[in-house]
Amino acid sequence: MKAVSFENVKFSYREEEGEFAVNGVTLSVEEGEFVAVLGRNGSGKSTLAKMINALLVPTEGTVTVFGLDTSEQKNTFEIRKSAGMVFQNPDNQTVASIVEDDVAFGPENIGVPREEIGKRIDFALDAVGMQAFRQATPSRLSGGQKQRIAIAGVLAVMPKIMILDESTAMLDPKGRREVMDVVKRLNKERGMTVILITHFMDEALEAGRAVVMHRGEIVMDGTPEEIFSRADELESYNLTLPRAAYISKKLAEGGMPVKGAFNAEELAEEICGSLRKG
Amino acid sequence: MRIIAKGLTYTYNPKSPFASQALKGVDIVIEEGEFFGIIGHTGSGKSTFVQHLNALIKLTGGFLKVGEYDLSEKKCNFLELRSKVGMVFQYPEYQLFAETVEKDVMFGLKNFRKDMSEEDKRKAVREALETVGLGYEDVKDRSPFELSGGQKRRAAIAGVIVTKPEVLILDEPAAGLDPLGKREIMELLHAIHGGWCKTIVVVSHDMDEIAENCTRAAVFSDGKVVMEGTPAEIFRRSDELIGLGLDIPVTAKCARILKERGIEIDTDFTCDDFISKVLELYARSGGGVSKTGETFAAKADGPASDGEGGAEDAQ
Amino acid sequence: MLNDVTFGQYYPAKSFVHNMDARAKIVLMIAFIVAIFIAKNFFGLAAVILFLVLAIVFSRVPFGRVLRSVKMILFLIVFTAILNLFFYSGESSYEPLVDWWIITITYESIVNMIFLALRLFLLVMGTSILTLTTTPVALTDGIESLLTPLKWIRFPVHELALIMSIALRFIPTLMDETNRIVAAQKARGANFETGGLISRAKAVVPILIPLLVSAFRRAEDLGDAMDARCYSGAKGRTKYKKLRFTWRDLVGLLVVAALITGIVFLNIYLGGKFEILAYFLG
Repeated sequence: MKAVSFENVKFSYREEEGEFAVNGVTLSVEEGEFVAVLGRNGSGKSTLAKMINALLVPTEGTVTVFGLDTSEQKNTFEIRKSAGMVFQNPDNQTVASIVEDDVAFGPENIGVPREEIGKRIDFALDAVGMQAFRQATPSRLSGGQKQRIAIAGVLAVMPKIMILDESTAMLDPKGRREVMDVVKRLNKERGMTVILITHFMDEALEAGRAVVMHRGEIVMDGTPEEIFSRADELESYNLTLPRAAYISKKLAEGGMPVKGAFNAEELAEEICGSLRKG
Repeated sequence: MRIIAKGLTYTYNPKSPFASQALKGVDIVIEEGEFFGIIGHTGSGKSTFVQHLNALIKLTGGFLKVGEYDLSEKKCNFLELRSKVGMVFQYPEYQLFAETVEKDVMFGLKNFRKDMSEEDKRKAVREALETVGLGYEDVKDRSPFELSGGQKRRAAIAGVIVTKPEVLILDEPAAGLDPLGKREIMELLHAIHGGWCKTIVVVSHDMDEIAENCTRAAVFSDGKVVMEGTPAEIFRRSDELIGLGLDIPVTAKCARILKERGIEIDTDFTCDDFISKVLELYARSGGGVSKTGETFAAKADGPASDGEGGAEDAQ
Repeated sequence: MLNDVTFGQYYPAKSFVHNMDARAKIVLMIAFIVAIFIAKNFFGLAAVILFLVLAIVFSRVPFGRVLRSVKMILFLIVFTAILNLFFYSGESSYEPLVDWWIITITYESIVNMIFLALRLFLLVMGTSILTLTTTPVALTDGIESLLTPLKWIRFPVHELALIMSIALRFIPTLMDETNRIVAAQKARGANFETGGLISRAKAVVPILIPLLVSAFRRAEDLGDAMDARCYSGAKGRTKYKKLRFTWRDLVGLLVVAALITGIVFLNIYLGGKFEILAYFLG
């Protein structure tokens, strides 16, 4: 089933000036997919993300989430229940001073009975591996832990889609890894549809599909491997290859029979292979 | 200015139940002219250490000398020290405050160079803005809050380098930027390094960045310096880094796996050097000699110790 | 710096007082304040102190931790105490100790000063016991619940409670932010320590503006995050933590009732605060 569908969507923050942050996007995401949306800052990827759960409504065109049109106000609540969103700044998403109270915020908003909320907190904190922090104060946690709490807060609403709007951008490598591990697991084990907005190229490798945005338009769409094998095109959108892919490309240009590698392991494998052959 | 720290200790909230010792005896020497990297987890003490360098945190234990300035001396002129040791904090755009970019950038000059004429100040602001790649005429009268994210970051950096500090310290200068933005910041740092700015100290989580850019680096862990040396020396000890829960550059990861398979690559872990060393090895192993020979020669003439090799060549 | 702000700093522990219903604790605190102000003599205040000591013991919060909250307003206490010492205008039945210019110190003014300082001290101690043993969320829930009758006159009780809890939640974050901005501006040569009043006031601008900008940005982000988590006001909302009135609360309320009754008796039988002078001075 189609989880998200964009049809000729345009969005402008300043319509009278005719500047479109999103300029004619058509895109559909199937349930259970893991899609990474890449692009420079200001390419329109965050605007795109905010249109999925009706935080923004398209200026032109339609966005539907499980068949519900986001521009109809009566759908807003249902849409937000099925499409949760984690934001960039780990400090600006928690409403409460105790972790469990914060995770409870979403379920409370949608009117879940109290006993059930307790169970959902258990489930959500378990899914992000933060059970031990149930009574902790969010402001004393690390960035990665804060983002995992934010994910738990979204999970407690039991959405089918999880949107991460540059949620790893402000984290250190350890925090990024923590968050990416959780997201990958949610997608694999629970079939959660994941839409990951990022400018870290190597994160896109975890996804099943990557979409590149440039000046409000979708300019590339395919598996991460396909996208990264079109290096020149990618560079024309001011994006760079993951380092391993860059090295393997340079080695190939240097005459070594290596195939495109996307991480250190694959790269080592390729180098090893060609040295043995040689 | 040479930086010498010996047995530096520091405790937050001393004598309270929240006391936490952030520095437990830091010994480090940073020579003038270095592009020095500081690596470590959040909470390893690296931020506390760098804030000592321009006396934002008062020395409470140990010895610290920055150039002529002995920070353990009461007479030490902190204001003068701060004008010579510039500090760019993480997300420096959050410190912008004035109504125009020009006024904001001038803030440091007003504080440090009270004797400077208005015209000279303007000239210095123009120079600083142009150094960071912002057009003086374009931005000088605009509100700093109107600029785009990347521009704000650069305006904030201009506000620090406007006094031409001899030592420039940057805490995660590229955090939150996209790959191109990151590359631009690193290029900017290399552009000013070696001129009036003699020493650069950069705190970074990005090991690839350290490998590509730094002359030397130190690894902080639990309030101490646990490793110090050139990136090549440090990343050769990648097992230890992994043991500390830290990342290693892609080149080091790859070299590690190759080593397990019996292939040793003697690299300094920059992308370009790694590539040329692998190609060399390939050529020696007899693979495609004639063809590789010339490509290799063409590629290897600048094993770019400066610039983000990877990104640069990608253009 | 951050940890000096005891207000809103919950001290996690499992104790009798922690387990009490927030509403009961708020009522207790109000009763405690009433007790402080109806006590007319030192015996009454002694009873209040006894009650406070019991509360601290049963809260398992270290005494020093409670005391630290007083440190913040120590200046205020000392200041009011000194004003009262010098400018007490009540009648005196003894020779003044000092009578110079506009300053008069009598035995009565000394007693009055001690009495006042003690009252302020107890007041702060009592309220900090509440904030130390009650999470900000429970506290706001308690206030919300106690204010529920006001909903009838369309007073936005829920919104007010939410605003309070968010404000409490963001205090540490904004404190951190302030520290960072101060450090960044100091690095650019800003000087907050010296100079006249005007130059110091001016020096605050480079801190205040970025802080305000950041607060607005955070508010915007938080608004989006709350919307995304289906927030749509009080309507149709459930509550995870329900306040439960238990035997502990009953004990607490009975004890405070006894305290007030006792103080009233002490007031009647042992007279005002100055009687103590007669005891010492004959």
